[in-house]
Amino acid sequence: MVKTLRYGNQMTSHYHVIILGSGPAGLTAAIYAARANLAPLVIEGELSSTSDQPGGQLMLTTEIENFPGFPMGIMGPDLMRNMREQAERFGTTFITEKAAIVDFGERPFQVTAAGTNYTSDAVIVATGAQSNMLGLPAEERLIGHGLSTCATCDGFFFRGKEIAVVGGGDSAVEEATFLTKFASKVILIHRRDHLRASKIMQDRASSNAKIEFRWNSEVTDLIGDTTLSGVKLKDTVTGVESTLSVAGLFVAIGHTPNTHLFHGQLDMQDNGYLHTGPGTYTNVPGVFACGDVQDHTYRQAITAAASGCTAAIDAERWLESQNN
Amino acid sequence: MSAHVAHLTQATFDETVNSADNLLVVDFWAEWCGPCKMIAPILDEIAVEKSGAISIAKVDVDHEQELAMRFDVMSIPTMIVFKNGVPVKRIVGAKGKSQLLAEFTDLL
Repeated sequence: MVKTLRYGNQMTSHYHVIILGSGPAGLTAAIYAARANLAPLVIEGELSSTSDQPGGQLMLTTEIENFPGFPMGIMGPDLMRNMREQAERFGTTFITEKAAIVDFGERPFQVTAAGTNYTSDAVIVATGAQSNMLGLPAEERLIGHGLSTCATCDGFFFRGKEIAVVGGGDSAVEEATFLTKFASKVILIHRRDHLRASKIMQDRASSNAKIEFRWNSEVTDLIGDTTLSGVKLKDTVTGVESTLSVAGLFVAIGHTPNTHLFHGQLDMQDNGYLHTGPGTYTNVPGVFACGDVQDHTYRQAITAAASGCTAAIDAERWLESQNN
Repeated sequence: MSAHVAHLTQATFDETVNSADNLLVVDFWAEWCGPCKMIAPILDEIAVEKSGAISIAKVDVDHEQELAMRFDVMSIPTMIVFKNGVPVKRIVGAKGKSQLLAEFTDLL
């Protein structure tokens, strides 16, 4: 399955399929491609404390309650560990590095990760999306000192303290609810006057006595030299500025697709998400895309997994058609 | 692979840090922290591969809250690198092996 070729003066490993990314989309694609005897290579990403890491966004979540087949829920990292084992069982190879350069200009396609060159007949892009930060200069100074990217890692340090979560979607409400286990009060700061989160998450937030809402508010700055002590807010309707004292701040304000590698090679929509269709086809024959990197609408573990399956089947059929 | 990775407590911390004659990386972690679990095997590998130059020690913040407070740890994993008993670098958040090695060997 895997041949070692000499490509220029560099040794190169060649695969039928390379999968970029290892969230539910990438790993489901790997399970299907492996079972189709395509012995895929998954370039799974590199470790971090953000959602951009092997296993993807679910690695920073706790209980997943809506993934079918787990009536009592399953922990996000456990679900991802299971998917990875399943992909491995059928003959997937993993590399724990981030793809640094891709060249889809000619076949075989080329991917470089940690200085090593890999080639393949087909590529499945499943690089997902990562959580946005506020983009304030103070963030770099205060990350790990009151500002956190990982509620499940850091909630513990805010026992009995007042903290804030920025955002209004499902992930913001989920984080706020989780953090009430530790904090005495969680203030949910949202720039609109109502939540975007699903009904069940909204109900959960409004019935939680420890969660307070700060509507129509935007965080304009962080306060604190070495440790966060509060945030500056601006009312999005009146423009009035105020400060809020909090010991911790967790940010859940949406996502950006991980598509910077593909600029100039794959067609994208205006918002940076990859353009796919029909199915998981991109504009380059032999390159397929699945999961959050091409979906800003549904963004669920199950929809990502489903599109990963679709991509593997699309790739398998396309490879067969090339051999005929 | 089982390099000696010491688990430090309030009682053993100072002695271990002060008596280390090489670079000592203290990893503040907890059982429930996903990124901490992901870097644990990497730190074990580094302890073996760089044995003699870099030592790894761990502080479980769940059991050693005083130590976490003493070093203002508010996010895990946090790795504090000590040289001659003095903290010389602080790395917050999980990173890949090559990045961690680069950060550590810079200080050798």
